[in-house]
Amino acid sequence: MDKELEKTMKAEYMKLEIESKSHNEEFARVVVAVFMTRLDPTIEEMEDVKTAVSEAVTNAVIHGYQGKEGTIEIEASICEKTLTLSIRDQGIGIPDIKKAMEPLYTSMPGGERSGMGFSFMEAFMDQVEVISKIGEGTTILLKKTIGNDSLE
Amino acid sequence: MSMEAAKLTYEVKNHSMVVHLPKELDHHNSQNLKQETEQIMDETYINQIIFDFSNTNFMDSSGIGALLGRYKRMSAVGGKVVVYGVNERVKRLLNLSGIYKIVKQYETKEQAMKG
Repeated sequence: MDKELEKTMKAEYMKLEIESKSHNEEFARVVVAVFMTRLDPTIEEMEDVKTAVSEAVTNAVIHGYQGKEGTIEIEASICEKTLTLSIRDQGIGIPDIKKAMEPLYTSMPGGERSGMGFSFMEAFMDQVEVISKIGEGTTILLKKTIGNDSLE
Repeated sequence: MSMEAAKLTYEVKNHSMVVHLPKELDHHNSQNLKQETEQIMDETYINQIIFDFSNTNFMDSSGIGALLGRYKRMSAVGGKVVVYGVNERVKRLLNLSGIYKIVKQYETKEQAMKG
């Protein structure tokens, strides 16, 4: 493919704002999946990213906004082979980020939560960063470099 | 998109309850699972919950939470939770979660029923 054409075809940035509703968990997964097809990922890489997005968005819905109304902002960008995602809510924030990211820790022991959301994000993305402030909200940054089989 | 595939459906045979899971097992699709299984258990004595993953091609940790929740419920009555119809992707996630230590996997519903 023509190098110039190839460059312009690679989407570089997108931003999506969704209501904090559980049926938008799937919508967010699909949007990010479609956006990342420009990187020519394997099915497994796409599934990995979809799972990580699902975890982050679900966290915003359940924990950030506690099931109440709110807006979740999802940004995605591609730089060469690296996909960077940001999932941001303006919800209650995380009091102890280190504790929240401990495997199996859940702030809702009575509910049907596994406490594995962050563990799955870390398993499927190359980098996970959490920025949060009580009363202001939480941003989850996810990065993954996509390899591909096509000849350069 | 088939609405059928998005719903949870249930089957009771003897003291086993089969839960037919949807195509995508996420927080949204598993929210009603606890309530619906409890309703069935209010009416019938259940000592085995069998999760059917044969239509499931996506899952996140909410699915693990649902399995764990039902496992705790069954443990309380000396019962068990088993799964069948698991594809490679789902198997990878179940493995990652460590849930195979407490939940056994079968190839078919018949095998799962027999235990």
